[in-house]
Amino acid sequence: MAKLPSRREETLGGYIVHGIPFPVETDPDSLAFLKKMAPIVIEQDYKITYLHSYAQDSPWFAALTNKRIIASQEPDSGYTYAMPRGADMYSGEETRWIDITERTAKVHAFTVCFFGSEEFLPETPYVLALIEFEGVNTLLLTRLMGVDPNAATLDWIGMEVKPRFLRNSKLKPTDVYFVPSE
Amino acid sequence: MRPVYAISGGVSKFAKARPDKNFQAVVKEAYDYAIADLGLDFEAFTQAVDGSVASYFSDHFARQLMAGAMIQDYLGLCPKPGHRVEGGGATGGICFQEAWKSVASGSMDVCVAYGFESMSHVETWKGNEFIALASDVSFDYPVGGFYSGYYAMMVTRHMKEFGTTPEQLAHVSVKNYTNALYNSYAQKSQRISVQDVRNSPMVAWPLTRLDICVMSDGAAVTVLASEEGLKKLEAAGAKIARPLVKVTGIGRGTDAMRMADRPHFDYDTFMRDYATEQEKNSDDTRAYYKKLWDHGTRYPGVHSFRAGRTAGNMAYKMAGVSDPLHELDFVELHDAYTSSEMQTYEDMGLCRYGEGGPFAASGKAFMPGIDYGLNLPEKPECAVNPSGGLIACGHPVGATGLMQAVFAIWQLQGTIKKHFRDDHLQVKDAKRGAIHSHAGTGTYVSVSVLERAG
Repeated sequence: MAKLPSRREETLGGYIVHGIPFPVETDPDSLAFLKKMAPIVIEQDYKITYLHSYAQDSPWFAALTNKRIIASQEPDSGYTYAMPRGADMYSGEETRWIDITERTAKVHAFTVCFFGSEEFLPETPYVLALIEFEGVNTLLLTRLMGVDPNAATLDWIGMEVKPRFLRNSKLKPTDVYFVPSE
Repeated sequence: MRPVYAISGGVSKFAKARPDKNFQAVVKEAYDYAIADLGLDFEAFTQAVDGSVASYFSDHFARQLMAGAMIQDYLGLCPKPGHRVEGGGATGGICFQEAWKSVASGSMDVCVAYGFESMSHVETWKGNEFIALASDVSFDYPVGGFYSGYYAMMVTRHMKEFGTTPEQLAHVSVKNYTNALYNSYAQKSQRISVQDVRNSPMVAWPLTRLDICVMSDGAAVTVLASEEGLKKLEAAGAKIARPLVKVTGIGRGTDAMRMADRPHFDYDTFMRDYATEQEKNSDDTRAYYKKLWDHGTRYPGVHSFRAGRTAGNMAYKMAGVSDPLHELDFVELHDAYTSSEMQTYEDMGLCRYGEGGPFAASGKAFMPGIDYGLNLPEKPECAVNPSGGLIACGHPVGATGLMQAVFAIWQLQGTIKKHFRDDHLQVKDAKRGAIHSHAGTGTYVSVSVLERAG
């Protein structure tokens, strides 16, 4: 028989409190007793909407929206970054865009997240992977689909994968994800 | 640069939550302890101290900007100079080094380094979200930002590259939780087995809950002084513990925030720029590395922290350490994950790259005289995280690196029994130790070497 939960889930919220216990008289003994009281803990909401610019990296997101993966390349050395980078870290030169969509891609490293940050908890378990592309010097962080998260194996490393793109772009790096090539 | 002595320290109670005190008062807990350990009262120390450096990682957790200024006034340090440093998980280690610089440069004779974190103000998974904001918010965070996930990817690559196993990593958890049984400062201590670690809930494959440190509220403080500072404090009535503890080496390194961007260097570049002196001078080790590279290993990739190697090499050069495993009596290192402890063995030259897994299970990093319930093939050589590390002591980020410094000071003073109320964890005749603080998958790493003077 499956193990039954023995604890209720802890959540915030509840009744709004009016009136906090406090000594009726503020004589020295009563005030001294205040040192023995438990702290008051309140809830504070904090919500912000940022206007975040993708700045010089914007074309990378535009490319995903159009089902292409572009990379940043140093014009002279040819050193290529799978994730966008406006300037090369070795020469300091401005990079140019190249299209790597069709290049052979393999899993370099991965994990299966069974927990996650609050924003991503509803998506667990999900597979994070770093992808290596033929002729590209650095990796790409992405989600890997089409593998069983409950059957993780090191054999996934080195596996050939191919990109898939969201039909309805969200203008996030998750507009592209990867699946096994087979 | 002038000689700098680390003369005193204090660590507050670390706990999942400290709703009993605000962050200023939690820092004061550690501060009062450090002052009392000098045999001074609050007013006498306030007169003698020249300034401070404040350490805390996240303004999000406290939901308070300029928290350092609030601590400065709570401790009665205004209008003395002070500033805040921030460097992710390495904030405490960086703070220690900035305080060292204040004294070594002649700017101050007595400098206090204080740090804290209040991580309990949000639920655990929101806390993980805050921490994940210390990854690129355009490219890394939105893919599923989760630090345990980032480190787990490094583990799978290490496993694939070098044959490291989760069971080897679990030895780190067993060691650190067992050590903590004798450390009254530890947030959690327990007797566990390798199988317990593997059977605990999977968080990010292959890392389980017992492979990962917890979030904490807490604070730590260290006091650093020049020789003039020692005289000033003693003139004020301080009873400074002898032997003195001198900071003999500091080093720091960095790497790309997006670990995907990190280089994959060839053998020659690795040997020239990153190999330790010991590795460069060993025919056997050069041949070993050549074989690794011939089989496809590149450095650092995502399996190694070149920031840690850079920091270690720099600190060792300054301190004159050439054989860390045999010339350090202990290391307090940043074990946010069992895997990062294993990777750090390699970065700090306690073993060669690729050998961190077997080293973790060898027994070399364990304390002598403690029953771990393990069949360890080798004798202890250099105790790593004798305190129990972050895994057992907790990880209130801004305090952690300073907590390591405090434990190192006590080890070298030989006063562990006095502070822990138990002497199991006193490294016998400890002469030299290192502390290591690490941020965001190895973006910032600091290493400091402390030695018993005289």
